[in-house]
Amino acid sequence: MARTRRRIRSGVLAAALLVPLTLTMSASAQSGTGEVRTTAAPALTPALAPEATPACDPTKSVRPSLDESGPAVSAIKRRGVLIAGVDQNSYRWGFRDPATGQLEGFDIDLVHAVAKAILGDPNKVQFKTVPTDQRINAIKSGQVDLIARTMSITCDRLNDVAFSTAYFEAGQQVVVPRSAKATSIGQALKGKTVCVADSSTAQSELKSDQHGAAKITVVGNQLDCLVLMQLGQVDATMTDNALAVGQAAQDPTVQVIGPSLTAEPYGIAMAKGATDLVARVNQVLADYRQNGWQASYDKWLGPYLGPSNGPPPANYLP
Amino acid sequence: MPPAPPRRRARWTERLRRAASTAPGRLRLSALALVVLVLAFGALTGWQVTTRNQAADQVLSSSQPLSQNAAEIYRSLADADTTAASGFLLAGNEPAAVRQRYQGDLANASQLLTQAAAHAGDSTDAQSWVSQLNQQLPVYAGLVETARANDRQGLPLGAAYLRYASDQMQNTLLPIAQKLSDYETARVDRDYGDAQSAPWAAYVLGALVALTLLWFQVVLFRRTNRVFNLGLLGTTAAVVATLVWLTAGVTAADSALSRSRATGAGPLQALDSARIDALQARTAENLNLVARGSTTAYADQWTKSSNLLATTTSAGQLGVAQRLAPGGAGQDVADARAEFFTWKQRHDAASAKNDGGDYQSALDATVGSGPDTTEQAYQAMDAKLAQAADVEKADFLSAAKSGRDATGLVVVAAGVLAVLAAAGVLAGIGRRLAEYR
Repeated sequence: MARTRRRIRSGVLAAALLVPLTLTMSASAQSGTGEVRTTAAPALTPALAPEATPACDPTKSVRPSLDESGPAVSAIKRRGVLIAGVDQNSYRWGFRDPATGQLEGFDIDLVHAVAKAILGDPNKVQFKTVPTDQRINAIKSGQVDLIARTMSITCDRLNDVAFSTAYFEAGQQVVVPRSAKATSIGQALKGKTVCVADSSTAQSELKSDQHGAAKITVVGNQLDCLVLMQLGQVDATMTDNALAVGQAAQDPTVQVIGPSLTAEPYGIAMAKGATDLVARVNQVLADYRQNGWQASYDKWLGPYLGPSNGPPPANYLP
Repeated sequence: MPPAPPRRRARWTERLRRAASTAPGRLRLSALALVVLVLAFGALTGWQVTTRNQAADQVLSSSQPLSQNAAEIYRSLADADTTAASGFLLAGNEPAAVRQRYQGDLANASQLLTQAAAHAGDSTDAQSWVSQLNQQLPVYAGLVETARANDRQGLPLGAAYLRYASDQMQNTLLPIAQKLSDYETARVDRDYGDAQSAPWAAYVLGALVALTLLWFQVVLFRRTNRVFNLGLLGTTAAVVATLVWLTAGVTAADSALSRSRATGAGPLQALDSARIDALQARTAENLNLVARGSTTAYADQWTKSSNLLATTTSAGQLGVAQRLAPGGAGQDVADARAEFFTWKQRHDAASAKNDGGDYQSALDATVGSGPDTTEQAYQAMDAKLAQAADVEKADFLSAAKSGRDATGLVVVAAGVLAVLAAAGVLAGIGRRLAEYR
């Protein structure tokens, strides 16, 4: 396949990595505080404005606690293993190393940190890969204790599940083949077939504003979009920029188009009633921000996203 | 031009009328009619038996092997998919044997497709299915290779390609292969029907000819007062002999063909469906580990396919295959059934480990290199089923051959006896005619 051969050219690869770097620099520039985000987002996409109702601040979570006597935490301790819903298709976030078969990535490190804090052993984890559209369902039905899977905290989702404090800032961007020569998202999508993952933020974004897309193809996972794009079955993919750069890193013939349409904090999702677990995880995150976050970022994301300004600050409910 | 034909016809009918008005003329006409009748009977018998023989030969040399081919194509394709998934699960530890098996499956499928294309005959459906499979197979292989190339670079895109490839196999290629297999199975049934159809026209004409001969001899006896006309008696004997030979040949052929169906084609079809269900269960078992909890579809597919094979309460496909299996193959199928329960037991143990969070142990118990894996039990089971299939194939071949050959002599006999019968008519009536000179 010509495309596979082209992928190996390292010059192209280097060029591909430069683009996402500049893009996410601007994304992380926004990520400093909630104020910057809320003023920036409506300016970019007026359609999103109604979602940012003043009653809901998605970044706010319960105060951290070391208490492990609550029902959710003690259930995990009794079981002796943490059941975590993750992904195996998100390059550098949660992916299966084909050489070893092990799950690795930024999200996976986070899960190990939670397991180490609660159970004393980072490997006392049962990973369950969860499709994008089953994340909320997996929590609600109790199949998993938590979901660490590039999941954006939104006010909609807060109706169904509880989230930890934010551990990353991302936004929706578009991946297109370089040959499309698109320079803006509008240009990249106009009259095209656009691929999104089922129940992703990208899907709801396109629901509220098609951005000129002629047709929307829905698949199980954003990486399936890259397969379809390589096979010429779709023209563009909308997904989180954090994942979009993962696609560009795997295929130098595609590029990420910005700027971000949204500003989304990633959080760890847990059952709505499991306040004790949320508080305990928030404590883990509070420690992780000091010790662990940066190392994990440098290992998994630094090479693709460039240097970071550090983790987003914790924002607690009163 | 217009007046000519009536004149010629008038002359011809006039001559016929004149010939019929004299006794020797009537005898000549009767001789002609009888010769035509016995020759027609011989020709009809020969034609009907030849048609049956051709249908039997079709079963033996074309439709049954092709239906086996179609089943084999399905199995090769499904096995390639399962093996590709195993290779993925084994990650960097994929042994050469797994890779070879995948390549062998693809080579086998494309070779069988070439054969199927050559024998698709005039069925446009079969031709189109074969050509669709021929088109899709390289596409599938390309997707799997892309998956491997990405895998080797450490990119999760490889897994996404493998899922896509497997999806193509399960939802595009295998359904087409299934259609081809169903069509070929129906063709076997049709050819068996043709091969075992009773030659009613020959029976009826033979009886009519025999009765006409008897009636004619009675009339001749009344006219001439001579009891035996040796020529006509010989003719009668030849016609009756043809009828007896035909009936005996057809009966022998039918029983051999029925046997070939009962001990060969039928059991082979049952074995094929059992092996396909086993493969589907195996694919589901592997893909369930690939999916790693992201869907319950594969676990459900395992339950469905394995329940079709056999449960503790119902015999299932393996039970059917065992019941139909002829003597030599019965033990093999019984052994395969025992291996299946071992497989099921190991599967349940592995899936309990997986549910308990021990993914690695579940993986080792499923595709690992140890002697107690589900892979090993599945292979042992499939080997036993393949052994049974070989026995049934041999049984089918020998029975179908004797079915085809049982009526082979009838054609020759019908020809020779018809000529003898015609000679008998001429000789017998010639003697009577001579008395008028």
